Amino acid sequence: MALPKYTEPHYRIWHYVYLTICAAVFFFLVAPLFVIFPLSFNAEEFLVFSDGMKRLDPDAFSLRWYQDMIYGTKNPWGLAAKNSFIIAIFATIGSVILGTVAALGLSSRHMPYKGLIMAVLISPMIVPLIISGVAIFFFMAKVGLAATHTGIVLAHIILGTPFVVITVTATLSGFDHSVTRAAASLGSDPVNTFMKITLPLILPGVISGGLFAFVTSFDEVVVVLFLAGLENTTIPIQMWTGLREQLSPTILAVATCLIILSTLILVTAELLRRRSERLRGINR
Amino acid sequence: MSSETKQILTTDGIPLEVSLKKAEKKNKIKAFLLVAPLLMFIIITYVFPIGDMLMRSVDDKMVTEMLPKTFKSMEKWDGQDLPPEEVFEAFYFDFQKLIEEEREGKLSTQLNYTKNGFKSIIKKLRRKSKSFEEGNYKEQIMSVHRRWADVEYWRAIKRRAPAYTYQKYLKGIDMYENEKGEIINVPEDRRVHRILWMRTLEIAFFVTVFCFLMAYPIAHLLATLPMKYSNLLMICVLLPFWTSLLVRTASWMILLQQQGIVNDFFVMIGLVSDDNRLEMMFNKTGSYVAMTQILLPFMVLPLYSVMKTISPSLMRAGKSLGGTPFVAFWKVYFPLTIPGIGAGCLLVFILAIGYYITPALVGGASGTLISNQIAFHMKSTLDWSFASAMGLMLLSGVLVIYWLYNKLVGIDNIKLG
Repeated sequence: MALPKYTEPHYRIWHYVYLTICAAVFFFLVAPLFVIFPLSFNAEEFLVFSDGMKRLDPDAFSLRWYQDMIYGTKNPWGLAAKNSFIIAIFATIGSVILGTVAALGLSSRHMPYKGLIMAVLISPMIVPLIISGVAIFFFMAKVGLAATHTGIVLAHIILGTPFVVITVTATLSGFDHSVTRAAASLGSDPVNTFMKITLPLILPGVISGGLFAFVTSFDEVVVVLFLAGLENTTIPIQMWTGLREQLSPTILAVATCLIILSTLILVTAELLRRRSERLRGINR
Repeated sequence: MSSETKQILTTDGIPLEVSLKKAEKKNKIKAFLLVAPLLMFIIITYVFPIGDMLMRSVDDKMVTEMLPKTFKSMEKWDGQDLPPEEVFEAFYFDFQKLIEEEREGKLSTQLNYTKNGFKSIIKKLRRKSKSFEEGNYKEQIMSVHRRWADVEYWRAIKRRAPAYTYQKYLKGIDMYENEKGEIINVPEDRRVHRILWMRTLEIAFFVTVFCFLMAYPIAHLLATLPMKYSNLLMICVLLPFWTSLLVRTASWMILLQQQGIVNDFFVMIGLVSDDNRLEMMFNKTGSYVAMTQILLPFMVLPLYSVMKTISPSLMRAGKSLGGTPFVAFWKVYFPLTIPGIGAGCLLVFILAIGYYITPALVGGASGTLISNQIAFHMKSTLDWSFASAMGLMLLSGVLVIYWLYNKLVGIDNIKLG
């Protein structure tokens, strides 16, 4: 963004003001995340930078909160992590299957009432979570699935499918349907065509939808707060309880792990998005 | 295709038109069958339960079913003077049945909601009614306690006759129906919900404005920088987007606390003195700051995707036609970004209006929103019908915005990442 030589001085000033504003906003967006890293290695129990940390004294840093996270007595994090992963994995599988199949139907130009059906399918994403939480709780309580893993998985499928539907329909919008017709004319049955032709082509969209569904489930706390019993505690529930009662550095250790996880997911999602755009021939 | 001209036939001898229609129908069914599983799933587990919330919010059958005979006999009573003997008799028999089923406690709780003072007189009636003699129930019930001889209490019972009620909705906006059936405001010092609704709207509105003001420049920068730089900066937007909400809230709790880094910084530059540190958490400031940062990516992404499509030559054309850069921006660039602004603002506003976690953690008492109230009634007071009513009031507001969003940008134009 180099300015041309003939730029007048006051536009030049404005340009630098603009860049400063942008830098400040980026700082505001990202900096809060980086506070967590150093504090999670704090040797002391307080959530402030100790004098030792400011001097970069090695004794002021320790891994004790990570040890506490993994080996701590009466430790909830192990069970919570196990539950979180089990629930998120099953919810992702369910969302991806239901969402992809529905997206295939929605992308067909023969689909009747497309707008209305799309609105219904996407509604869990638009309706405030608190309302979804109340409604899903009433349903699960009625069918006896409250405080069970199954109930939470089903709830997360409801919340995750809109993302899969949106990403897969977007991928399918650039999809050349003549390849499936070509497959059919060569004698392939629809299931075979889907597995061998369509799925590999839309796979980036499916996976990135799946990532959204995974993150939604893994990070979801409002609905689980209504549904979960003691046995079904998840990482977000534990963090919520921890943050409400007492902010302990162990939470920051967990938070650091979560930031690393989300960075991995972000990188995967970005790579997939680029691959998908390349495959669809969209050059930006 | 008129029937007089020769019809085109397929190889099977069926008219082409018919055959095409058949194929079309088959395709329609095929497409629908693919969508059906998810549609059924969402309708059963999600749409119906929201309908169930509606039923719960207006449902008032409990008392109606507890006192069926009483309400039947009350139909003829005009509510002016004390009800006639038959009402007392019917009430006595309904009450005996409730005692057998051990449900009279529930009745007293329910009636106490309508009018204070029922709890004790029902307990007393329960004790005394064991020794009631047959006939003249009016006298006997009235002699249990003087409140049973007060027509106000009988009117209160009669008000619970309808199986449906909109009381919970009135309560949600701090109003109620008095004995005479007039709808009036709750006394000023006991109004809670109106303040919460106003605060929710206020916070959602200002968070949207802040997000817009912050997102517009950086979305513009991202859209105009060369790819290799903008990709790197995009990560700054996407990383918070993918990071757990609780992690981001936790980081704000650390930053904003009294001994936190923000306060340290203010003390260092001399803005506040060390023993006079600002309280930025557990109040509105906390809600504003944390929510703005958390929702900012939802504003940047739609703006960016619109700005990306605007050709830079338009601005150059504007400038070459004699506009100053500011005029060119205002007359050419800005109007083209309006779809993105609409999408971003509505998205952020919808998300902000239903926010729960962040206000509950950093908002304190003065920064909580309507969602917190809903959760409170779901988990603490267990007044689920009231929680449902409030939820539906919030939902109807969101649906209006949703509808606007659909009109402005189209629901299938939502872009992620």
